[in-house]
Amino acid sequence: MNHSPEAWGRPRNDVYGAYDHSYLQTTGPKAHTSSPAVTGTSVVGVKFNGGVVIATDNLASYGSLARFSDVKRLRKFGDKAMVGFGGDVSDMQYLDRLLDSMDIKENYSPHGNMLNAKNLHTYLAKVFYKRRSEFNPLWNHVLVAGFDAEGEPFLSSADLLGTTFSAPHLATGFGAHLAVPILRRRFPEGTPLEDVSQEDAVAALKDCLKVLFYRDARSTDKYSIAVITKDGIDLKEDEQIQGQSWAFAERIRGYGAQTA
Amino acid sequence: MFYVTSIGTGYDLSNSVFSPDGRNFQVEYAVKAVENGGTAVGIRCKDGVVLAVEKIITSKLLKPGANKRIATVDRHVGIVSAGLVPDGRHFVSRARDEASSWRGTYKGPIPTSALANRLGGYVQAYTLYSSVRPFGVTAIVGGWDTEAELPVDGQVGTGPKSGSGGKVEGAKAGGPGLYMIEPSGLYWGYYGAATGKGRQAAKAELEKLDLSSGNLSLADGVKEAARIIYVAHEDSKDKDFELEMTWISSVDGPTKGRHEEVPKELLEEAEKAAKRALEGDDEEEEDKGQGEQMEE
Repeated sequence: MNHSPEAWGRPRNDVYGAYDHSYLQTTGPKAHTSSPAVTGTSVVGVKFNGGVVIATDNLASYGSLARFSDVKRLRKFGDKAMVGFGGDVSDMQYLDRLLDSMDIKENYSPHGNMLNAKNLHTYLAKVFYKRRSEFNPLWNHVLVAGFDAEGEPFLSSADLLGTTFSAPHLATGFGAHLAVPILRRRFPEGTPLEDVSQEDAVAALKDCLKVLFYRDARSTDKYSIAVITKDGIDLKEDEQIQGQSWAFAERIRGYGAQTA
Repeated sequence: MFYVTSIGTGYDLSNSVFSPDGRNFQVEYAVKAVENGGTAVGIRCKDGVVLAVEKIITSKLLKPGANKRIATVDRHVGIVSAGLVPDGRHFVSRARDEASSWRGTYKGPIPTSALANRLGGYVQAYTLYSSVRPFGVTAIVGGWDTEAELPVDGQVGTGPKSGSGGKVEGAKAGGPGLYMIEPSGLYWGYYGAATGKGRQAAKAELEKLDLSSGNLSLADGVKEAARIIYVAHEDSKDKDFELEMTWISSVDGPTKGRHEEVPKELLEEAEKAAKRALEGDDEEEEDKGQGEQMEE
C-alpha cells in the first residue's frame, strides 16, 4: 500500500495507469478566493415551541490541521437574530463586519434595528448570490435563526451559491449528512412545533454535536450554543460535550496501523 | 455696492477672503445663524454624557416626538446642533461616514476626540473656498469611549491564554467626551457646552454646576440638562417648545456605552422637576401644555 498522503483517495497507478495531466490542468492563475483556507465545520439548528436553538463547535481548521480552538462561529445580529457560520473563517469575518455596519446604520433610525432574522436571511442569500455571480464567492454555508415578521420562530440556511433552504431543523456541512437524520428521527415530519419543547430541542442538538464530534474529523468537543426566545438570546460560547464514550471506536477497522 | 451690509467694505461678500483687520465675515455671519437656533446643551458627567435641545414648535401640524434633532453616530456618539437644520444633517452624515471609515481601517469604534478632530477639519475646509459657504451650525459632539476591552470587529477568538501579550494590567482607558465645533472649524473639549439662542443663560447655569470636579452623576446630569433648557427658554417663553434629550452612559450604566434617547418616564420626570425649579423664580409658569412629549 502507498502510505503517502498524496496518494490517498486517488486511483491506483498500478490499476488505472498514471494520471493524465493533460486532462485537468494544475497550472494557470491562482484563485485563492475560490477555495477556502481556514474553515469551520457543521452548524446545527432546531426550531422549538417559542424559539430556535443553534450550535456550532469552536474549531477553525487549516486543511486537516485543528488550527484555532476558540473560534466563535455563532454571531449575534442586533438582539433578536443569530447567524451560525460554516465554511471559510475569513469570509465569516467579512460578513460579520458587514452585518455589524448594517446594525449600526439601522440603529440610526429612532426605531432602532427593526430587521428580523427573516430579513437578515434574505439579505445574506442575496449577498452570497451576487458574489457567486461575480465568480468570487463567499465560501460559507450559514444558518440564520430568530423570528419572522409574524413573531414565529425562523430557521433557514443560505450557502455560497445563494441557495436557500428552510426546515424545522437544519445542519450544514458534515452535519447535513450526520445530524439531519438524527433530528428527523427525533422530530418526524409533520411534528407540530407546539410539540417540540425547548429542552427536547437542546437535548437533540447536543446529541447531534456529540455524534459529529465522534465522526467528523474536522470537529472538536468545545462548542457554542444559542437559545433564541422572545426574551432574548442566551448565548454560551465555552461549552464542553458531555458523556463521551469511545467504546465504539474499538470496533472500527480499516484505518491507521491496523492490518486486519 | 448695493448689497454691501453694515460692514460696508465688500470683504463680506466672498467666503475665504480676509478683511484688512483679519476677519472672515462669512464665518461671522454663519455664527449669527447659529445664534438664532434653538438652544442645545451638552453635559459631561462622571459616568456619561447628556445632550439636550430645545425645539421650538413652529406649527401645530408637526407631530410631537417626530423630527429628531439629536443624531447617533456609530453606536457611542451623539450629535446635537444649533443653527440651520439641513446643515446639521449634512454634518451628521459626514460624522457617520468618518466613523464608518475609522471602523474600516481600525476595526473598532472611533474615539470621540478623533471624531471631533476630523469634523473640525471638515468644517474648517468650508471656510477656505469661494465656491462654498461655511456651516450654519455649531455642533455639540458627545460620546463615551469604552473603558472595557473590546474585541476588534470580526474577532473570532481570544488567542492563547499564556505567553507575551504586552497588555498593561489595570490601565485606565476610555471615558466621556464632549466637544463643540463652531462654523470656523474651531473646536474645544468641554465639561459643559451650550449653543443657540439661549446659550448665555445656559452657560451661566452650566458654570454653577462645578463640572470640572467630575462629581456630577449622569442621572443628575439629565435633570440639570432639562432644567437648563427650560431656564434658557425663559426669554422666548411666548413660543411653545419640545425638549429632546439623549444620553450615553458608561458600559455598566443604563445605556451600556450606547447613545440612546433618555427613556420617556425619566424625561417626563426631569421636565417636571425643571418646571418646578422655574416656578421657584417665577410662579406664572404653569404647565400650559408645553413640552408635549415624545410618543415614538
